[in-house]
Amino acid sequence: MSPPVPSKILTDDVSLLMVLIDSNPHFWSSIKPHFSFSKFLSHVLAFLNSILLLNQLNQVVVIATGINSCGYVFDSSSGSVSQRAESLLPKLEEFAENDESLSERDDDSGNGVGSSLLSGSLSMALCYIQRVFRSGPLHPQPRIICLHGSPDGPGQYVAIMNSIFSAQRSMVPIDSCVIGIQHSAFLQQASYITGGVYLKPQQLDGLFQYLATVFATDLHSRNFLQLPKPVGVDFRASCFCHKNTIDMGFICSVCLSIFCKHQKKCSTCGMLPNVCRSIFGQAQTRDPSASQQRK
Amino acid sequence: MADKQQQVVVKRARHKSSVKDPGTPGVLKLTKDRFTFMPNDPSSPVKHNVEFRTIKGHKFTKDGTKQALLNLTQDQGGNYIFEFENFPDRNVCKDFVASAIALSGEAGRTVPEKSAVPIQDEQLSAAEMERRIKLLQEDSDLQKLHKQFVIGGILSEAEFWATRKKLLEQNYSRRPKQRVALKNDMWSTKPLADGQSNRVTFNLTPEIILQIFAEKPAVRQAYLNFVPNKMTEKEFWTKYSRAEYLHSTKNVIAAAAEAAEDEELAVFLKQDDMLVNEARKKIRQVDPTLDMEADEGDDYMHLPIQDHGLPRNDNKDVLDSQYEPYRRSFSQHLNQHAAVVLQGRVIDVELGDTRSVAEALARTKHAELAKDASDVYLDKERLERISRMTEIEDLQAPRDPAVAPLSIKDPRDYFDSQQANAFSTLGDTVSGAKQLKCSVSTREAYCSLKECISEIKFQGLTEPTINSEVAFKVLNGLAQNISSNKYHLGRNPNESVLDSLPKITREELLLHWSSIQELLKHFWSSYPITTKYLLTKATKLKDAMSQIYPKLQEIKESVQSDLRHQVSLLVQPMLQALDAAFAHYDADVQNRSARSGERPNGF
Repeated sequence: MSPPVPSKILTDDVSLLMVLIDSNPHFWSSIKPHFSFSKFLSHVLAFLNSILLLNQLNQVVVIATGINSCGYVFDSSSGSVSQRAESLLPKLEEFAENDESLSERDDDSGNGVGSSLLSGSLSMALCYIQRVFRSGPLHPQPRIICLHGSPDGPGQYVAIMNSIFSAQRSMVPIDSCVIGIQHSAFLQQASYITGGVYLKPQQLDGLFQYLATVFATDLHSRNFLQLPKPVGVDFRASCFCHKNTIDMGFICSVCLSIFCKHQKKCSTCGMLPNVCRSIFGQAQTRDPSASQQRK
Repeated sequence: MADKQQQVVVKRARHKSSVKDPGTPGVLKLTKDRFTFMPNDPSSPVKHNVEFRTIKGHKFTKDGTKQALLNLTQDQGGNYIFEFENFPDRNVCKDFVASAIALSGEAGRTVPEKSAVPIQDEQLSAAEMERRIKLLQEDSDLQKLHKQFVIGGILSEAEFWATRKKLLEQNYSRRPKQRVALKNDMWSTKPLADGQSNRVTFNLTPEIILQIFAEKPAVRQAYLNFVPNKMTEKEFWTKYSRAEYLHSTKNVIAAAAEAAEDEELAVFLKQDDMLVNEARKKIRQVDPTLDMEADEGDDYMHLPIQDHGLPRNDNKDVLDSQYEPYRRSFSQHLNQHAAVVLQGRVIDVELGDTRSVAEALARTKHAELAKDASDVYLDKERLERISRMTEIEDLQAPRDPAVAPLSIKDPRDYFDSQQANAFSTLGDTVSGAKQLKCSVSTREAYCSLKECISEIKFQGLTEPTINSEVAFKVLNGLAQNISSNKYHLGRNPNESVLDSLPKITREELLLHWSSIQELLKHFWSSYPITTKYLLTKATKLKDAMSQIYPKLQEIKESVQSDLRHQVSLLVQPMLQALDAAFAHYDADVQNRSARSGERPNGF
């Protein structure tokens, strides 16, 4: 899986945009007074259409992130004529139906807002991009933009980190636009590691303006544009046993899995207790903005 | 006969100049800084009085062998061999000698400021110490750290270098181990032809001679035979040059004529039989089981251009058979040259002496021949392999794959196992977050979602998509954000806060940073504390760290007001790390004292 050779890419400003839309119903109903899903969709649809207008060869693919499933709801390159973004609406409705049918019946009471399956949709986006890489001699420059609002699910930490690293390897930047109340540590890390832009808009009414100013820029132009940079990144990891976010813990010396308590046997790499010879040392995972001090 | 405190050891021994020598019997007396040997026979000249300072090492035979020997080696290569009556005697002396050498080694060395010689409390080889000193000299940061901690007594030498093994090895392997290969130049024997006079000059350097000997075994053989018996070296090379000149004129008939007159010249002009033999042997060694499909490209017999694309004269005279041996084939020469170059340098002899070069090459060839001839086993193996390869495949029984079964753990119980847990702990994962209360049931939530979608479907997008005032505010906000970032983080993204600080502050900060890294590394590695050694180590490290702590505070205060914020941002994580270490240490000490309160023995 080699990164794309420059000669294989079409002209500089052709891009393939993978948009991951957060369709977590709990999240949207909790944020209803401030911002509704329909307003959100109207901003996003206008944005998608304008991307398609920027260049004839631009491609847009939309993946909806639900709480039980993820699915492709729009692909601008399907069909003989490039489609307008509105055609994603019926598919989105279907997706919502499907997602609802997958949820369990007895989960009626308010449990707090659950997390949506970000890891799943990231993986789907990366697979689509890989397919495009292998499709022909020339392909556009891909990037992923996550419009996300649900809180981070610590259980997805490992899967999300894996997709972040494979995105980094394939040189696909992950941009994040967080529309929820709190910052998302996972998306901060994702954008930091892959070289994308992380933004939490102050005013959700102006979402379209944010999208058009910051996220519509293609990768080539980003070399000479100044885009907003976050001040710091939250690098906390979550432990593998309880999935809590921790900043001081124990690390297995063989497979580097993180645990919050001292363990006799590593649950990731140890199969028999006397075979695994992992030694646990205490490690401190703190904010490595201090690492910028090293020249 | 040994003192209780091992100050002096006196033993009967024989001094030998070599292992075979019967030796002179006498008495060996060892003190802390020297050893003396007095022979029994006062008239014997074998008397020794040597300081341990000059002794660099000691070797000894194993217990139980024929002789109990102890060999003390000096730096310049001299050595003293002593044979003892029995092994226990020898072992006592050996241990004493070891400690005496170590002692004298330490005392004899001063500790200069610059070269920071490591303190010897372990047996280090000279090479290892050299490497360390070299590394310290090259890297001034490392040297500062070393000075601060090892000379300051906080860390021991071994601990300091324990984590830097990779650095030492890297340094060591950086020495170039390559040798210059043979030249690929075939035309070096081209003579310089003077246009005016009838003279042709050949230049033969030792390098060229080596190549000639390697490529043309007949010439080598002739050299060994003729020189110095029949002719001098100069004459030999003159004849050889003449032969080369004749070849270069491509006048086969003239070559044959000259060869008929001068038999030595004939050797150079004829085909090389030794080469032919070698080629035949190589062909025999080709593996017949190698399956190479031949296709049109391999057909070089019927090419219009003969000789692999080298143009030949169209008027190919059919010469008499007597002239055939004098024809030289260019492709053969090229192949032989290529084979020699690829083989590389086979011999290690210096190139000055032609005769030794020739002999060395002859020897290697002989060795190869002998090896091949005696390699019956190899032949047998080849035959076996051939018979195995020619087995008929469909008559064979299926062979079990010689692999170990793969055991892949189910990734599901790795990713999903704690989903239930995750839900319940969601409340306290992100600090300071406002809790989004979802008092709506799932079904209702989905309903509202679908409603929103259908709303858009029927109403279409709102017009305008965005209010102009809102858009203006957003743009302003973004611009301000970007410009303030630029102001704070610097114009150049590569520039960091450190560059804007005064030089002294920056150096201090970096020094403190690297010292803290080093101290913390050792501090955390000594937990959990199980031995007294670790306890003292942790205490020492903690004291060193508490010394650095106020220095950091000072730096924060001393810097100018406009930079103060950034400096405190830089210093903050360092202080946090130190605080965490201190907290851990204090908690541990408390636990320890609580436990030792229960058990009066302490630990």
